[in-house]
Amino acid sequence: MTPAQLEVQIVAVVVAAACAIPGAFLMLRRMSMMSDAISHTVLLGIVLAFFVVADLRSPLLIAGAAAVGLVTVALVEVVNRTGLVREDTAIGLVFPALFSIAVILISAAAGDVHLDTDAVLLGELAFAPFNRFTLFGADLGPVALWVMGGILLINVIVGGVFYKELKLATFDAGLATALGFSPVLVHYGLMGMVSVTAVGAFDAVGSILVVALMIGPPAAAHLLTDRLPRMLGLSVVIGAACAIGGYWLARALDANIAGSMATVVGVAFVVALLLAPERGLLVTGRRRRRQRWEFARQLLLIHLATHEDTPAAAAESRIDHMQRHMRWQPDFAQRVVQSAAERGLVTHDADRLYLTESGRNAARVASVA
Amino acid sequence: MDVLGDLLFDYTLRTVALGSAVLGIVSGAVGAFAVLRRQALLGDAMSHAALPGVALAFLITGSRTPLVLMIGAALAGWVAALAILGIVRASRVKADAAMALILSVFFGAGLVVLTFIQRQPAAGKAGLDRYLFGQAAALLEVDVITMAAVGAVAVLALLVLWKEFKLLSFNPDFAASLGFPVRRLDVLLTSLLVIAIVVGLKTVGVVLMSAMVVAPGAAARQWTDRLGVMVILSAAIGAASGVAGSVISTTAHTATGPTIVLVATGIVAVSLLFAPRRGLAWARVRAWRRRRLLALETVLADLAALSAQHAHEPDHAHHVAALYAVRGRSIVDRALAALAAQGLARPGAGDTWTLTDRGRDRAARAERPHDAKAGAS
Repeated sequence: MTPAQLEVQIVAVVVAAACAIPGAFLMLRRMSMMSDAISHTVLLGIVLAFFVVADLRSPLLIAGAAAVGLVTVALVEVVNRTGLVREDTAIGLVFPALFSIAVILISAAAGDVHLDTDAVLLGELAFAPFNRFTLFGADLGPVALWVMGGILLINVIVGGVFYKELKLATFDAGLATALGFSPVLVHYGLMGMVSVTAVGAFDAVGSILVVALMIGPPAAAHLLTDRLPRMLGLSVVIGAACAIGGYWLARALDANIAGSMATVVGVAFVVALLLAPERGLLVTGRRRRRQRWEFARQLLLIHLATHEDTPAAAAESRIDHMQRHMRWQPDFAQRVVQSAAERGLVTHDADRLYLTESGRNAARVASVA
Repeated sequence: MDVLGDLLFDYTLRTVALGSAVLGIVSGAVGAFAVLRRQALLGDAMSHAALPGVALAFLITGSRTPLVLMIGAALAGWVAALAILGIVRASRVKADAAMALILSVFFGAGLVVLTFIQRQPAAGKAGLDRYLFGQAAALLEVDVITMAAVGAVAVLALLVLWKEFKLLSFNPDFAASLGFPVRRLDVLLTSLLVIAIVVGLKTVGVVLMSAMVVAPGAAARQWTDRLGVMVILSAAIGAASGVAGSVISTTAHTATGPTIVLVATGIVAVSLLFAPRRGLAWARVRAWRRRRLLALETVLADLAALSAQHAHEPDHAHHVAALYAVRGRSIVDRALAALAAQGLARPGAGDTWTLTDRGRDRAARAERPHDAKAGAS
């Protein structure tokens, strides 16, 4: 592995970690699509700030972009508050408009700005090592690493200091308000975090991967745990793993790095969806199947117990009667009887079923419970 | 500059304008339902998700025939919609997160395929990147014909199943209780949305196509409360923004998608502000009128109360200072001017005011609205 490759992966991991923290809260607050909106509109902030300072490397660009991110949130709220359109429509109106202005401004100033709309959407992480941060002639590593490292630090500090407020406002906004925490402040604080992170990550990985890294890992982590601290930690780990996995996938396919990382995020989510220990589709599917058999067996036992020692017992205990009575398929009925027999709950001769002692007990337990 | 002449006789411009009109009509008509059904963001997710479909269709068939790419895009968009629904149904992940996830993952996968294609030496790969932001100037006649044919199918389906879709949009539970296959209708209407998105992809691009299914519907909604009118209006607004935007972009050489979206957003802004009844500007005017009327009634009542203190001398003139004592100066001044204009009060010498007979009547009625009603009945 060359130093450049290592640097690309380190930058990617830092981006993933920085995105996961605000992303987790965004997802829990059911505002995931705001990450899509903000990651598009920060482009307008970058362009406008560039027109003012005329330097693509100025830190003011981040400030301008973050400000436009907040403007996006505020505009959505203004449109929403008119009551004339619904919130999803408000988001769907505001961010394409702001993004369109940015794209047109860029193409209008194409000669002066070395901003490429494609690069903005797609990002080109492979170039990150070429843009070095030098201080007094000393090479201190890629600029992107410093920028994203700083943003990660901010996110960790803000997330740590305001953890209680964020948690409370996310899970019980009413209680948070009653206790005197301003939900508006928490909302805009989080959106500010999202904006700053989106701008920083934007340059390195492109706006779409920002969305993937903000929402994908937390969504996967959400399937794996019920505890917020563990979910945050898992989000960071999953995001970092996706970043590294995506990098090597891109190398293998000779394809766009950001796109590969997003693809790997999708794979990671599907894996979590299928294999999560308690909520995974595999586990729940197996549980449901087991419950179905168990229920069928209990039904059989209760039926037999009800008619035991009655004149109709002989007729009611015939195996083929189960098919008609319970509307079971012949095959299914056969297998239920078989599994009950295997467990020593019933015995049978040619076509009649008898409860065993333990079967009788099981029927009693099942019908009482 | 003779845009009208160019529209008729310039081949490129005519193609572009026709294509954008088709795109606007289809996305406007179908989008109206999306707006009503709160699917604005689903449209966004699906249009981003169409990218891998376009790229894969090209990679597999090696063809750039519009229909092939459209089918690829539609399949990808459709799979994305089903994936979102599936995730929401099968897990605790909410719809917003499912949409953001599918949107970014599909788009990322599309980028992978796209860069993969670009690094191949195959001929004819050019032009696929236009699907990001759209390029109306690249529209060919065959594009427009395909768009029109595919779009016509969607609009026709909308007309044939009008009653069902209407019911589904406004009251799905009632539709289910009447025995309509709500699930299948839901999937079908969402599929029409996919088709509408796909029709516009080459012109507007995957990034902004969602705005074209949202904006015309949102604008049309402000002007009417009737679904039929709304859909027709939405289609017209879509067509108008499509044509205007693409003509501007072709003559000014801006990216087409953003230009069309800005025109459509402008129409939404005008609608939100000035549409009769719902428009914000009219709401302001109504509020201002109400405030003025209230001020007038209040000052009238003040004057009546003052004159009640001089029961034997109804024409007693009251100094305006007495009114200033109980109300704000500007309110009193404006209300007095209005009262005088309506002949309810008249000014006297030295800043004094007296109620006229009509003014006294009106004040008495305002004070005892129930008596007035009883008298009338």
